[in-house]
Amino acid sequence: MKDFILKRMASIILPFICIYGFYVIFHGHVSPGGSFAGGIIVGLSFIAFSTIYGIEKGRKKLPEKVLVWTESYGTLWYGIMGMVGIVKGAPFLANKLAGVDLGIPGALNSGGLISFIGFGVGIRVASTMVTLFFTMMEEE
Amino acid sequence: MRIKIRNLLILILAVMAVYGIILTVAELPPYGMPDNPVHNEVSERYINNALEDTGVLNMVTSIVLDYRAYDTMFETIVLFTAALAVVITIKTSKRKENGK
Repeated sequence: MKDFILKRMASIILPFICIYGFYVIFHGHVSPGGSFAGGIIVGLSFIAFSTIYGIEKGRKKLPEKVLVWTESYGTLWYGIMGMVGIVKGAPFLANKLAGVDLGIPGALNSGGLISFIGFGVGIRVASTMVTLFFTMMEEE
Repeated sequence: MRIKIRNLLILILAVMAVYGIILTVAELPPYGMPDNPVHNEVSERYINNALEDTGVLNMVTSIVLDYRAYDTMFETIVLFTAALAVVITIKTSKRKENGK
């Protein structure tokens, strides 16, 4: 697309959309939203970028290596966070039972393992959306 | 003749099925009443103990990522499988076209 206004406006707005997505992921336990919604927003910012600026530039922002890495290790990160419970002698994916410090409710570092698990799910959802989009766009 | 008999049987079966469904819906408790059987001790426990058990203000997150963490884990695996299936299908079909 060769629209000047669209490109300039996108270059102003899209970084804030991406940052807002990460905000929603990291504040999933103290405010409305969560890792799934935040991951969709992050993925949407990259999808909009490669729709407006062309698929080649979008590929340069997110190379295939990064996508494969987040795609594969997002779920593994979830499993590693679950193993914390087993290491401490509690069931798999235990949070309070494993003796993790829960912090003050409402603070950003509260909730023990929940924010770490949410981060893994968030990057997982974002990379899935971007991978599906790139694969289907490059097919034709 | 045979087709007519079969269509009649299908009609009778359909009427019976719709009658049963309507009877079941008529027996359902009214929507949103506080003494419905869905509002049992499970939801009561979540509402009363979620903050204490998980230290999280957003109760949806406390259920999705703590009480039902297994479910969310396999949900992410479902996402992984979906992406994998799309990539494998499209990439291999493209390679076949190029090979020909």
